[in-house]
Amino acid sequence: MAKEKKGIRLEHISKIYKDPKTGKDFYAVKDASLNILPGSFVTLLGPSGCGKTTTLRMIAGFESPDEGEIYLGNEAINALTPNKRDTAMVFQSYALLPHYNVFDNVAYGLKLRKLSKSEIRTRVLKILDLVEMSGMEGRMTNQLSGGQQQRVALARALVLEPSVLLFDEPLSNLDAKLRVTMRTEIRRIQQEVGITAIYVTHDQSEAMSLSDQIIIMNKGVVTQIGTPQEIYYHPVDEFVADFIGEANFLKGTLKNRDGAGGVMEIEGHPLTLADAGNQKAGQSCTLVLRPESAVLADKGLLPCKVVLSCFMGSYQNYHVMLGDTLVKITEFNPKHKKIYSVGNQVYLDFNTEDAHIL
Amino acid sequence: MKSRQGAQLDRKKLLGDPVMVITIVILVIFLTLFILYPLAILLVDSIYSSDTGLTTSFFTSVLSMRSFRTAITNTLRVGFVVGLASTAIGLLFAYVEVYVDIHSRIMSGLFKVVSMLPVVSPPFVLSLSMIMLFGKAGIITRYLLHIYDNSVYGFWGIVIVQTLTFFPVCYMMLKGLLKNIDPSLEEATRDMGASRSKVFMSVTLPLLLPGLGNAFLVTFIESIADFANPMIIGGSYDTLATTIYLRITGAYDKNGASAMAVVLLLITMVMFMIQKYYLEKKSAATLTGKATRGRMMIEDKSVAIPLTILCGAVALFVILMYACVPFGALFRTWGYDFHLTTKWFAQVFQKYKGLKAFKDSFVLSLIAAPITALLSMIISYLVVKKSFKLKGFIELVSMLAMAVPGTVLGIGYIRGFSGGLFRTGILQGLYGTGAILVIVFVVRSLPTGTRSGISALRQIDKSIEESAYDMGANSFTVFMSVTLPLIKDSFLSGLVTAFVRSITAISAIILLVTPSYLLITVRINEFAEKGAYGIACAFATILIVITYGAVSLMNLFIRFFGTSRKIGKQTD
Repeated sequence: MAKEKKGIRLEHISKIYKDPKTGKDFYAVKDASLNILPGSFVTLLGPSGCGKTTTLRMIAGFESPDEGEIYLGNEAINALTPNKRDTAMVFQSYALLPHYNVFDNVAYGLKLRKLSKSEIRTRVLKILDLVEMSGMEGRMTNQLSGGQQQRVALARALVLEPSVLLFDEPLSNLDAKLRVTMRTEIRRIQQEVGITAIYVTHDQSEAMSLSDQIIIMNKGVVTQIGTPQEIYYHPVDEFVADFIGEANFLKGTLKNRDGAGGVMEIEGHPLTLADAGNQKAGQSCTLVLRPESAVLADKGLLPCKVVLSCFMGSYQNYHVMLGDTLVKITEFNPKHKKIYSVGNQVYLDFNTEDAHIL
Repeated sequence: MKSRQGAQLDRKKLLGDPVMVITIVILVIFLTLFILYPLAILLVDSIYSSDTGLTTSFFTSVLSMRSFRTAITNTLRVGFVVGLASTAIGLLFAYVEVYVDIHSRIMSGLFKVVSMLPVVSPPFVLSLSMIMLFGKAGIITRYLLHIYDNSVYGFWGIVIVQTLTFFPVCYMMLKGLLKNIDPSLEEATRDMGASRSKVFMSVTLPLLLPGLGNAFLVTFIESIADFANPMIIGGSYDTLATTIYLRITGAYDKNGASAMAVVLLLITMVMFMIQKYYLEKKSAATLTGKATRGRMMIEDKSVAIPLTILCGAVALFVILMYACVPFGALFRTWGYDFHLTTKWFAQVFQKYKGLKAFKDSFVLSLIAAPITALLSMIISYLVVKKSFKLKGFIELVSMLAMAVPGTVLGIGYIRGFSGGLFRTGILQGLYGTGAILVIVFVVRSLPTGTRSGISALRQIDKSIEESAYDMGANSFTVFMSVTLPLIKDSFLSGLVTAFVRSITAISAIILLVTPSYLLITVRINEFAEKGAYGIACAFATILIVITYGAVSLMNLFIRFFGTSRKIGKQTD
């Protein structure tokens, strides 16, 4: 599409709501600043109530920010109503107009823009082809499956050639398998069209598989922005580490520093780290260890005791006690590996570069 | 916290939508002018006149009238008994329909008729038939029971007639609530060893209690606001509505009537507030659970048969009452000469300008109906889907109108518009015209329409309209192309309900109608009061035919063009 791509910029955006029970004001979104680059796919990820949907609805224009300014490209759009904004939204419930068929649903926005009948027809058919719904124009929306409704909702948004496409948990009403198919579809179409997309979800695997950038939100505050890799390997806090993937938190103290690295003491055992982050010597700190980064071995870094050993097919699931800390370990492809049983005294072994200190 | 630009931005966005702004302004003016203003004038009239200045003398003088004090106790007594009786009978019907296995098709037909009656029935039809069946010349009292001096006029007459008129409303309300009780609650208690009556007393009834209170109060309000029945069958037993009517039409005591109207308004308003803000919430809170699956209907004959017979008897009695009206119009002299005749119908048209009466009633109602339907849909749309500052005002006032008895509104209009706005002559031209009658019709039907519109709109996922808005439609386009088509059924039934309510309205209208307009209901009242039951019945028969026809037409329309069937389940 010939249109110039535009990004979205949020500057110190806040939204304040009244708690219906206590009557007190609280920040649904607090001082969020984002810079979403043209043509990129960005996910707003967080648990329910974290403010991600509110942020999206402020971008769409359904809610008005109480503080800050939103820019589309270089234009401040705070005062624009949703129908005047060059954004298009795909709703969680699809929100297809139930009294129209597929064609009329997709054509709705074009008709409002007073395009000629023939142009509407070409554009609708072209977009239906893109979402692989050709030949379904005449169907009523209740004759479609969930996945098909989702495709129509997407087509309806895309056909308007908006600068930014907004998704509000669009896959949460689909069954697990279809969700996986549809998210690849969404990514494919976004890449093909080259449109800026902002996607709200609470599902971390969706966020990982779709996004160029993930924005993690918690309690109304943006906690981390980064690529999926950055966020997975270098979470800024325990919340992010725990929310994205599974994580073990090994508490301890940094005994001394040695250049970039240092020695950390965990449950009385010293552990030499190549990268000790910004921690100072003597400070208590946490080591984030992903379950798949470590293995159990007869010899290794930290001694522990197996309390659960469970065969899961593609991996062996262990729970071990490291002192008083429970550590979860998954060992993939366990067929030819040594399997430990409950009660075994073993060692945790891992490359310390795979662990991340907080 | 810093200044909230969010609210300002919302306002700016709203102002950017001129159709919305104009609509809101018009609505606010309409509601203020035709609901708030007349009531305010009443208040003023009751404590102020140009002769005396600010005074409480009007209140003290009406309150010192023995007849007025009696009217208050009479009204409350009737309201209380009618409320109790209607709720009880309504509960019986609702329970039998939802819980008891009725095999016969006749019974379910009877239930359907009963549920439709309050919609199509003109207010005083039952009073007429009550007199014809049980009065001095009543078929049942005189010819079956050989009682020659039975008097139906007075307390019991009003109570029976009002109960039969209002219980279907309770029945419909309670049916909805009973259906929402999760059957597994009752099954669980049954399983723990409770008998059927124990389950009813310890589970069903407590859950239903706020709903019962709600039904009681709604009927109570309807009863004390009712004008037509006490007028016809009350005899010397005066209620507030009739006393006020006589005060203004008979004694021309405008300030006194205003003071009385304020008293009546106060009573209904208090009831309404309790009902609306306390009971309605409570009943919604206790019955949030949707029935997860079908209920095991009670097949036990010892329960089913007596309950079914009881309901059947009541339903048959109601139908008999209605059937009596057309027959009343076909007999030469009711109670004495049972030869069939068409002379009453002939007289209606030849002697009593029947055609003009029907034309006037029909045309005015036909004008009022679409206005009411559209207004109530717009109000519901604004209330449910939009947020703006005056929304609370619009919602409150349009619901408030429900608690305003017609008689009170009528007096308010007389006082508020006969001399123009604030007696300045502005808008004086309105008084005595058909336009003011249409406005009264609209105001009287608006609350019902708005209530059903609101519940219909709440069913629609908010994001459907948001999606249209997001694609570039403004509020007006969204309303026309999305909202209205989706609530077509509700709109249609609102249209017909408004029409039927208008054509059968009397309480406010009788105070405002001028000789240039002949309205059917006013004529029926006239002839019934004179004891000319043949003519009254002939008028009423034709009225029932019109309303029944309108409702049937609507049902037919919904069946063939309705949205609900086509859309069906939207997502699975």
